[in-house]
Amino acid sequence: MGYVAVCGGENAIRNSETLLQFYRRRGESDPIQVRQIVQQMRLAVDRVMAEGSLYDPTLAALAIKQTEGDLVEAAFLVRAYRSTLPRLQTTPLLRTSGMRLIRRISAAFKDVPGGQVLGPTRDYTQRLLDFSLLDECGPAPEPPRTVLPGGAPEETERISEYLRREGLLSEPSRDAPVSVDITRDPVSFPVPRSARLQHLARGDEGGMLALAYSSMRGFGNVHPTVAELRVGYLPVRVAVPGLLEPVVIGEILATEVEVIARDGDAGSDGSSSPQFGLGYGFALGHNERRTICMAILDRSMLAAQPSAPAEDQEFVLSHIEGIEAQGFTNHWKLPHYVDFQSELDQLRARRAAGPGTREEPLIAPCAEVPA
Amino acid sequence: MRYTFAFLDEQSKRSVRRALLKAVAIPGYQVPFVSRELPISYGWGTGGIQITCALLGPNDIVKVIDQGADDSVNALNIKRFFARTAGVATTTLTREATIIQTRHRIPEERLSASQILVLQVPYPEPLRLVEPRETETSRMHAEGDYGRMYVALYEDIVRHGEITLPWDYPTRINGRYLMSPSPIPRFDNPKLHLAECLFLFGAGREKRVYAVPPHTPVESLAFDDYPFRAESFHGRRCERCGSTDTYLDEVIVDASGRRSHQCSDTAFCLQRRANPALSRGWGHNRGPAPRREGT
Repeated sequence: MGYVAVCGGENAIRNSETLLQFYRRRGESDPIQVRQIVQQMRLAVDRVMAEGSLYDPTLAALAIKQTEGDLVEAAFLVRAYRSTLPRLQTTPLLRTSGMRLIRRISAAFKDVPGGQVLGPTRDYTQRLLDFSLLDECGPAPEPPRTVLPGGAPEETERISEYLRREGLLSEPSRDAPVSVDITRDPVSFPVPRSARLQHLARGDEGGMLALAYSSMRGFGNVHPTVAELRVGYLPVRVAVPGLLEPVVIGEILATEVEVIARDGDAGSDGSSSPQFGLGYGFALGHNERRTICMAILDRSMLAAQPSAPAEDQEFVLSHIEGIEAQGFTNHWKLPHYVDFQSELDQLRARRAAGPGTREEPLIAPCAEVPA
Repeated sequence: MRYTFAFLDEQSKRSVRRALLKAVAIPGYQVPFVSRELPISYGWGTGGIQITCALLGPNDIVKVIDQGADDSVNALNIKRFFARTAGVATTTLTREATIIQTRHRIPEERLSASQILVLQVPYPEPLRLVEPRETETSRMHAEGDYGRMYVALYEDIVRHGEITLPWDYPTRINGRYLMSPSPIPRFDNPKLHLAECLFLFGAGREKRVYAVPPHTPVESLAFDDYPFRAESFHGRRCERCGSTDTYLDEVIVDASGRRSHQCSDTAFCLQRRANPALSRGWGHNRGPAPRREGT
């Protein structure tokens, strides 16, 4: 198959697509149903929803199936689909204190009003391969049930509120009342915090993990305490013409994290009395790792004078965007023979000019960005 | 489920057109725009595709080339996308097209006032060579502070005897903004100068569009004693059509490493074979761009 075939390129593309279908369905097993992915690949679906920036478990699962489990590619498919949807409404602010919790922990206090709710987590399991799953059959286990005294609370206040009331939290300066939507408003650096948070909420988890880790390891100065991590269902309300109160149109599963960083860490505003600073993380679906990273990076980017990569918003936000990064990385597979011809021309001209001119070019086109 | 005409929702297409109007009004200035995800990957022409999608009407005739070739797989895939989502007619004939989307080449055949060339751009910022930060490069553009660029070129000459930038050779538009012409070879830079057609540039990943309107002076950076030099093929001809005045691709023919040369612009090569007297039409009757001294 010609790569840049002189002719027949269209056939080659079609055959390649057919081959993909062959590889996707290779073997004798039954096709995976999207319903099964939604139900049994829960965290993969949630990662794709977060990075795909669209709350739709069925479409996320479809994308996972279609891409043979390549989650970055699946998120890309969801993002592309998202581009075809008009933006109809903006919801009023969601109040996460009204979240129907399935999990809620605080690392800052031993016990907290509303309680520590461990919920579903692998944190305290031993990571041993469970060979019984090799041939799993039979019904799903029943969930354990606990009756809470007084029933499930309607509202669970965030831990940060207790610190805020005591005046221990420095408040980041407020953006304009209307948040920026980076998918609808062109942005250029420096971007307001709402845009930073949106970037982070849909960033590539691997990239965010690396940068957040760099900050906590020493290239930066964020030593986070997880004030609170909560996972649960949030009612989504929209305003309807003719009705005074917004109407609940459904629920989304979401993860929210607040980290506390000591005063003197990144973002200290230099106010007279010492205070804590908060970093905020939020993601669609159950996404604890990415949400903690988001909160740390939110905090690190508040630094007035960036002194580490994770504190530099242009560096962080430009490079954690996974859909852009994977696309550009893959694009090097495209033919570049016209440009390469041009480079050959330059190199040969310099060689013809004689020895002593064979050093590497001082400025290579599109080379790595100098520090 | 059905998709909108030309894929993107109408709000998004309108926002691209608004950015383009600004780009045309300020030649060479990079206008931020809301770059939406497409079903084609970032880095594969998404800036160009969004421009084309925003401009397309049902009667347009689209041509797509990649490295000059109509039948390159990426070009075919993008062309298929326009045909599939907008139902527009496609062509390989340069003069028949109303919109030509291209990666890394400007066609050999001169474009007319009724045509638009949409160039795909990976790195819209020419100053990235000397400055990685957007906050700083936007200041440099605003103040016309291009001294560091000229210094970099000067240092290049000191070390290598000439400016060694091979492609994506920086240009100055209408004596004002420094602009990346996209990774076209230097051979194509003069075609931008005082052209009849409209050039639109789209960088999807970097979320910038910019333009060179018709009849705009475009100068490739150089010094009086070190003039701009395009690639030279040392009199070699295209082995297919015999041309000596077109950009040639070097092809390794056999295991001994023997090379042959072919036109990079496949559509023009085909026409030259039918009519060897066919003229390229670019750059005739036109003086050089007004020179400006380095700052």
